[in-house]
Amino acid sequence: MIQAVVGVLSGVIASMGLGGGFVLLIWLTLFQNMPQREAQGVNLMFFLPIALISVIMHARAGLIDKKLVWSLIPGGILGVVLGTLGSQAIGNDLLRKLYALFLLAFGLRELFRKSPGTETKQSRAQKKS
Amino acid sequence: MKRFFEGFVCGILNGFFGSGGGVAAVPIIEHELGGDVPQTEKVRRAHANSVAVIFVLSITAAVSYLFGGGIDMASAWSYMPYGAAGAVIGALFLRKIRAAWLQRLFGALICAAAVRGLFS
Repeated sequence: MIQAVVGVLSGVIASMGLGGGFVLLIWLTLFQNMPQREAQGVNLMFFLPIALISVIMHARAGLIDKKLVWSLIPGGILGVVLGTLGSQAIGNDLLRKLYALFLLAFGLRELFRKSPGTETKQSRAQKKS
Repeated sequence: MKRFFEGFVCGILNGFFGSGGGVAAVPIIEHELGGDVPQTEKVRRAHANSVAVIFVLSITAAVSYLFGGGIDMASAWSYMPYGAAGAVIGALFLRKIRAAWLQRLFGALICAAAVRGLFS
């Protein structure tokens, strides 16, 4: 039951572009005590069908710029390989701490960032004048 | 060359943390889309294209995790169908409600988890 709640919540947040991977990773590491790297592997597999569904839906809506996407892939693949090797090399404890720092940076940004479409006092004032 | 480096940054995150490549991909793609696209459309397109990039990178990462120590497939399977259902729900109904308070709430929860992760 709790797996259903965590799974659906992660899926919804991922497809909203809010960072769904964080939900499952936090759940697995902090509440299920899964080692960091094992949880990362599970999260990667978990994300694949979600991403496939999202990409198909976005492509149908005509939002995908194939040329742009492919131009980012070669560098991305090199990065993935080096990143994976790095995460293997440093061990679970340090990886967990680094991930927590990464989360903190992301969380603070989400806390203080203006939502697209949100009116600020300034933009309202500009509209009035 | 610039795109190669931009892709590289997304790849490093996705390989190292098994998530989070999108955090880099969204602003990068937003920047690459240029100035002639309206802001709201730009945000929408940046998210859509970042999922496409991260999808390909996640396949690569999943394969390299499989070879470098393996993946607990049973655990992944137990969450996957629910995640897929959530993705459909999110894409169909919730795309528009990117409410500011929801974003703040999520940000606060992430910070709390980060602090717990740092000191546990």
